[in-house]
Amino acid sequence: MTVVRVNVDGVNYEDDVEPRMLLVHYLRERLGKTGTVVGCDTSNCGSCTIHLDGHSVKSCSVLAVQADGHEVTTIEGLARDGRLHPVQRAFRDNHALQCGFCTPGMIMQSIDLLADNPDPDEQAVREGIEGNLCRCTGYQNIVRAVLDAARQMSPGAAPDRERQETVSPQASPVAGGGGQ
Amino acid sequence: MTATIEPEVGKARLRKEDARLITGRTRWTDNLSLPGMLHMAILRSPVAHAKIVSIDVSEARGRAGVVAVYTGADLAGEQGSMPCAWPITEDMKAPQHPPLAVDTVRFAGEAVAVVVARSAYAAADALEAIEVDYQDLPVVLDMEAALADGAALVHPDLGTNRNALWVFDSADAGTGGNVEDAIGSAEVVVTRRFRQQRLIPAFMEPRSVVVDPTGEQFVVWSSTQIPHIVRVMMAMTLGVPEHKLRVIAPDVGGGFGGKLQVIPEEMLTFLCARRLNKPVKYTESRSESLLSAHHGRDQIQDLTIAATREGKITGLRVDLMVDMGAYLGLVGPGVPLLGAFMYNAIYKIPAYRFACTNVFTNKTRTDTYRGAGRPEATFAIERMMDELAVELGMDPMELRRKNWITHEEFPYTTVAGLTYDSGNYEAATDRAVELFDYDGLRREQRERRDRGDIVQLGIGISTYTEMCGLAPSRVLGALSYAAGGWEHASIRMLPTGKVEVVTGTSPHGQGHETAWSQIIADRLGVPFEDVEVLHGDTQVSHKGMDTYGSRSLTVGGIAAVHAADKVIEKARKIAAHMLECDEGELDFAAGRFTVRGTQSGTSIQEVALAAFAAHNLPDGVEASLDSDATFDPENFSFPHGTHLCAAEVDTETGHVRLRSYVAVDDVGNVINPMIVDGQVHGGLAQGIAQALYEGATHDENGTLLTGTLADYLVPSAVDLPSFTLDRTVTPSTSNPLGVKGVGEAGTIASTPAVVNAIIDAVRHLGVADIEMPCTPHRVWSAISRGAPGNAPDAPGPGGGLGSIDSSLSRGNGRQGGAQ
Repeated sequence: MTVVRVNVDGVNYEDDVEPRMLLVHYLRERLGKTGTVVGCDTSNCGSCTIHLDGHSVKSCSVLAVQADGHEVTTIEGLARDGRLHPVQRAFRDNHALQCGFCTPGMIMQSIDLLADNPDPDEQAVREGIEGNLCRCTGYQNIVRAVLDAARQMSPGAAPDRERQETVSPQASPVAGGGGQ
Repeated sequence: MTATIEPEVGKARLRKEDARLITGRTRWTDNLSLPGMLHMAILRSPVAHAKIVSIDVSEARGRAGVVAVYTGADLAGEQGSMPCAWPITEDMKAPQHPPLAVDTVRFAGEAVAVVVARSAYAAADALEAIEVDYQDLPVVLDMEAALADGAALVHPDLGTNRNALWVFDSADAGTGGNVEDAIGSAEVVVTRRFRQQRLIPAFMEPRSVVVDPTGEQFVVWSSTQIPHIVRVMMAMTLGVPEHKLRVIAPDVGGGFGGKLQVIPEEMLTFLCARRLNKPVKYTESRSESLLSAHHGRDQIQDLTIAATREGKITGLRVDLMVDMGAYLGLVGPGVPLLGAFMYNAIYKIPAYRFACTNVFTNKTRTDTYRGAGRPEATFAIERMMDELAVELGMDPMELRRKNWITHEEFPYTTVAGLTYDSGNYEAATDRAVELFDYDGLRREQRERRDRGDIVQLGIGISTYTEMCGLAPSRVLGALSYAAGGWEHASIRMLPTGKVEVVTGTSPHGQGHETAWSQIIADRLGVPFEDVEVLHGDTQVSHKGMDTYGSRSLTVGGIAAVHAADKVIEKARKIAAHMLECDEGELDFAAGRFTVRGTQSGTSIQEVALAAFAAHNLPDGVEASLDSDATFDPENFSFPHGTHLCAAEVDTETGHVRLRSYVAVDDVGNVINPMIVDGQVHGGLAQGIAQALYEGATHDENGTLLTGTLADYLVPSAVDLPSFTLDRTVTPSTSNPLGVKGVGEAGTIASTPAVVNAIIDAVRHLGVADIEMPCTPHRVWSAISRGAPGNAPDAPGPGGGLGSIDSSLSRGNGRQGGAQ
């Protein structure tokens, strides 16, 4: 057993883990962070994508002990003070998810992509999420959501648009651009 | 109260489901953790066909944390045989299929032993300590070889590898003429063979099962599309009393037909939990999923079409061979039958014969995958229409126009005996042609050909229809399916005026919670937000037939409408009593009963409270507005549309780039256009994936070569284009909402559009067919050979890395067109 000290979604943890334990299993089984999911064994699908010190990694390809001393953000740590991250909001507003299984990883990867390139074109978005598979959407609305989020997060966008909406299960307005 | 309420139906409502899914508040089966829960791991056969001589589990049993190890012999007395609910003929050969192999394995990946341990890691570790001695048996992989005299048998006790022969002949059915006569006397006959490669549904959430035996009922959580069917089938397979079983499909991460199955893993998890009196969880790895969850398609299609010189089709003959794999799935033998009535498609064909031979091989079983039988049919007929057009020297669209059912001819009874209730193929096609710039692209195609451009342009057409909304029970009965096709719904009016809609459908990404809320909000005149849709738990939704076959809205949605109408009729009696008038004097609109010609009225919520209080109800009226309805459709629904694909083919590399894709679909009235577009997008992606990328392949020993997502090419965002969508609306006349199914249409339509486009781009180079997936290697080889059908490529994993990612193409500016 090895001790791992890690900050996950703003909370400090210290645990004994098997050295071989994957970070995604540590998150899911030890910390109950089941918002992050496992979709494959080979780091192809990206469903398990999280941020390690602010950069996206596939948590099925990282050992828990490698996260020792680092900061982890999962899909569960994105909304702050009950307000959705603009990328989360854009995914909902653009119907960028159906079954939702790939969604946590896709959102985490999209945030990383926008941090690298705040103003991507469609092709840049497609390339930026190439390592995350979705079987439901054909990606069209995911691409649209990421482009929408980029606009929302751009320096010119009003600051209150950044985090304006509360996390409410009831909130269900009408899509701005449902049709193509 | 007179404010007009904007109808919910037709609105692009954002989904209720999403608030949880975008924040990680989810209930996937693998998320579940129960006190004392144990973990099961499965040892799978590495060989495709062998006798199990011996299994030594003693070392595994001794491993730390290992609670139990079971083999097929251990469970033989209680594990039953996996069910097949669709015996398509009276003499169909149905093999025994124990969840855990007892003495023989028949495909690589078949379960041979299970370990139950304190942790998933400990269970997986102990698998390597199990020693199995296999004695190899001859492997049968190719369908034609399997049918040949003297072939090794997958199931020697059945005496043949032929599962069944099923025939539809329009002359026998009285729905059309004799196809042999039509072919014999035809002016033009075209014969082709197509191969529907084996596909893997590859839902993103691996399958997972948890069984808790600690209550009075066994509770089974499963990542399934069909909790109700799983309950019945577990009861029948294992002999567990049905009322002692509760099955829950919590959040389910996609299915696409791949989770329309009753699986050995469900039985094994149950048996372990029952033996050990502890909750047990099993979650498959991706490799296990690709290897052992059922596959789809895998047909060889031989078609002959007869026509006049003027291009009128006079007959169509279809002969299929369908690879069942080593065992029969829940509905596997019937999958080709779902296509049998669709080869005639939108065309008026006077004579038709369909015959399919189902074949056993030493491979993973096949069963439903998005479209199930209909994509195969649509591919074959739409490819044939292009081939016939070439033979006749006619524009392929012109040939289709000459033969399709015109909008004045509906309802139209086809040569396959189905009655299409509505449709307007002209309108959808005209709109698609306009959006696509058909004439402009044909012009560019000619120019590129004339100047011998390295990048050639092709146009692919798919004017499709499909039958969905499974299904009228009497039709299923006539096809020997074991169950009906009805659907159930209940509506509960809560004292505070909120509404619970219980549906027997079982959504796994389709957005039923949102769509059903829209429908019921309109019907009852209550706010969208006040409707809660409950599903996926046999204790909550006690009756249902679940979600597949684009049935949920056209069957389950209609059941909900009928239940709502019953609520209104119950409420009307109480409202009349409250308002001191006759029922006949009441109008109901926008959630209010009003006394005609007065201002006097009451809301349905007030009536619900009055029913709850029950202080002053009319005599003989029960204190409840709650209502149930079971709806059995009279007919299928028949979505249709026209899909047009422009493909650029690099003739030096074989690389295909989809330049534009236009889909104009007619799915009748639309509840939520945002959701409908999303369904089409996803459907297109899967159909295009069959055309360009995906294929499950095996080596000569029957080992799956595409056992990871690195080898089985589920397309990524760079592999797909943006789609241009539009709709025409020809309401179905078979249901009160005028709706048709939409879940499978995109997949059914798109594969032939893409392949037709590729062939169209290179036909002048002597290419008449390219086997799917149309990888760069295959396309290049076909062009190089300059002739079809020569030396088919040996299939390989990864399908030759068929990406349309422009960075992989020869990016030297020769590829015209916009991104």
